[in-house]
Amino acid sequence: MTEPVLSLKGVEKLFGSFRALGPVDLVVGAGERLGIIGPNGSGKTTLINCITGVYQPDKGSVYFEGRDISHLQAHKRARMGIARSFQIPRPFTGMTVFENLLVPLDYCHVEGSKQERARAVLASVGLSGRSSDPSEKLTQLELRKLELARALVGNPKVLIADEAMAGLSEEEIDEVLAILLALNRSGVAVIMIEHIMHAVMRFSQRVVCFETGRLIAAGTSSEIAENPLVQKVYFGE
Amino acid sequence: MRKNSLVFLAGIVIVLALGFLMPWLLRNPFYFFAGYVVLQYVTIATGWNILGGYAGYINFGAAGFFGAGVYLSAFLFTTFGLPLPLCILAAAIVGAILGVLMGYLTLRIQGVYFAIATLGLVVVLETIVHNISGLGGASGMAVYGPRPPAWSPGPSQYNFTVMLVIAVVSVALARWVEISWIGRGLRAVRASEDAAECSGVPTLRLKLVACALSGAVLAAAGAPYPFYTSFVEPVTAFSLIIGLNAIAMPLIGGTRTWVGPVIGALLLASVQQIATVTISSELNILFVGAVLIAFVAFAPGGISDLFGRNKGRARS
Amino acid sequence: MLSIDILLNAIVTGILLGSVYASLALGLGITFGILHIPNIAHPTLVVAGAFFVYTLAQWGLDPIVAAVIGLVPFYLLGVVLYAFYSAVFERKGGANVLQSLTLFFGLSLVIEILLSLGFGSELKSVSVSYIGSSLKLGVLTVPYRLLIPALLAPVTIAAVWFYLSRTNSGTAIRAVAHEERALSIAGLNPASVKRHAFGIATATAVIAGAALIMVGPIEPFAGRYQIGRVFAIVVLAGMGSIPGSLVIAIIIGIAEALVSSYLNPSWSPGVAFAILLLGLALRPQGLFGAAR
Repeated sequence: MTEPVLSLKGVEKLFGSFRALGPVDLVVGAGERLGIIGPNGSGKTTLINCITGVYQPDKGSVYFEGRDISHLQAHKRARMGIARSFQIPRPFTGMTVFENLLVPLDYCHVEGSKQERARAVLASVGLSGRSSDPSEKLTQLELRKLELARALVGNPKVLIADEAMAGLSEEEIDEVLAILLALNRSGVAVIMIEHIMHAVMRFSQRVVCFETGRLIAAGTSSEIAENPLVQKVYFGE
Repeated sequence: MRKNSLVFLAGIVIVLALGFLMPWLLRNPFYFFAGYVVLQYVTIATGWNILGGYAGYINFGAAGFFGAGVYLSAFLFTTFGLPLPLCILAAAIVGAILGVLMGYLTLRIQGVYFAIATLGLVVVLETIVHNISGLGGASGMAVYGPRPPAWSPGPSQYNFTVMLVIAVVSVALARWVEISWIGRGLRAVRASEDAAECSGVPTLRLKLVACALSGAVLAAAGAPYPFYTSFVEPVTAFSLIIGLNAIAMPLIGGTRTWVGPVIGALLLASVQQIATVTISSELNILFVGAVLIAFVAFAPGGISDLFGRNKGRARS
Repeated sequence: MLSIDILLNAIVTGILLGSVYASLALGLGITFGILHIPNIAHPTLVVAGAFFVYTLAQWGLDPIVAAVIGLVPFYLLGVVLYAFYSAVFERKGGANVLQSLTLFFGLSLVIEILLSLGFGSELKSVSVSYIGSSLKLGVLTVPYRLLIPALLAPVTIAAVWFYLSRTNSGTAIRAVAHEERALSIAGLNPASVKRHAFGIATATAVIAGAALIMVGPIEPFAGRYQIGRVFAIVVLAGMGSIPGSLVIAIIIGIAEALVSSYLNPSWSPGVAFAILLLGLALRPQGLFGAAR
């Protein structure tokens, strides 16, 4: 049994007196496909921010491949192999699509030349044709692809996709799913936070549900779908 | 990319050659007085832009760094007789330290606090200088400059040439930062700091580097000033118009590349040099202030943007 | 060396001075602390308020009366400023904080120059009958020129704080920074709420200006010496905490008075800034505000 890629033990995050998260225990196995669901405000984004280092947990610890990273700065965690895409895409405006991918490559070690790696990743997400276009001029789907491309260009060990499919059509959702599945096949763990139920259920090996900062249910897709707690959270009593 | 660098290098050589030759060709020292000021502002605008334009962190206290350079240089020369090039170097080092200090204290929070702290910095530095009698206090300090070396026909021409070298070095530095991985990281920080951090960019470290370089250039711009005027006083060394121009010139010329501040400085400084003869310094500030507001409101990308040199949205 | 007399007088002076600073910071506490609009032109507006009071005082009006008269024109000025600000930035879909800072910076310089052109650069003061003498309480000597303005401040602060916490429009102001959608659902126009808030903030500037000119003479560029103090107060008190700003202002006032008495008055402009930097280094979120 290999070391889990991520492990959270008793992680809590408070803002003043407001408890945004926790305590949370969560383990993500190497190469796993984990889905995270839960209503808005249930702490999913806070969770990601604690994992990626945007926030430091007030209590508890975050482990990456067995190593305690709880107080490590975000950029160091990114270099270690924790990648994320943002809910609302944040392209590096003022730079071309290609340059966007060069930025992480300045800091993450990859084999071969940076330019080749960037080109290869662009091709894998279908953005080769937009390589020299300014990143401000992309469509919604292309922006989301760029988000993902930028996240995976540095060969991460785990990718956190935060609502990467919000606002997309069915075909576009399939495209993004294909990218994530291909990535997972190469050994990268993928954590998918989504509201689009059929996508999460199809994609994930395991699903966890959050509510008001706590993990209230965990299981396979079908187990979660039938879980009364989850149903209550989404549909009310 | 290589070709561009060679072209740039050739350009530098030509500019420097002209700069060293002109004193022997033009007899009227006025050109060198005015030219000094224009070059000073090219340096100031370029230095400001390394942090303000590339990283998007606005420094309202450029006058603080400039004045610090002025007084350090004056002090080192009058007290220790340090030769001018060393005074400039010392000013640059102190400017860098000041920049890093400011940055470290305020950049960990938000960019707004950095900007506001720089406003206060000018007052603080001016207060300190006021209170140190060794620096002449409010009434100022006279500086008897070094004799110009043999290859320069006179003091005003010598100062001009010195300032030219400083300007060229600053612009070359800004260009190097811009095309290097530092510039790329700073652009990422400017576009989206969170996304940059999560992409592995050490945002704080890069911002501090930009603070150091910016502070160094701004202070270096002030180092030859005591020899240019032969007299330094807090009011002019920490003058309002310096801080204002430092922002207005890159804003007008364009903040994305090294070319913008140069254009903005050449334009605005020349206009001001011509105008100083005819209008009061207050009206000058009014004019620049109004121009600044106009550009911020209607053309935040500056002239470079207006002419389509860089099609890109300003930082949002 | 450490005479109790000097110490007590310094502390009392500091408290009074701090109170005046708090009234200066009040408007900024509203625009920057609550609305998150970095109006660094506020200290200059206070100076403009002081000149307004000065002008009316030349016609024999009492400064406090002048300030009350100035409330409406300055409120309108605030409304106009906000309209300009939002026209410029809202057009582009939201304000870039640093661009708006630059806008206000340019504005403050323009206002200062206009004041300078209009009034000249010499110091101006007002002479009022009750200013000039002092209240003697045992070992304490409290000059009226400090006492009266210092009393103005808590009154204004209390009034504004009461307005913000107890009235509907006040609550709307407090909410508008982060709850724009909720407000529009409730039928309120966020833009007009902000406009109103900006107007109130600018109206406080004329009161603070009256306080300032009663304490001592002013010149057009006096604003820049206040910026350090005013921002130290707003930032260290934590964004949006108006009662907290009074506490911080008094701390700064006392620190300045002590430095003035024991070192040299000319060091005092730097005191607030030093406190600000220290505070930021130790506790970035301020002493009273919520952690980020």
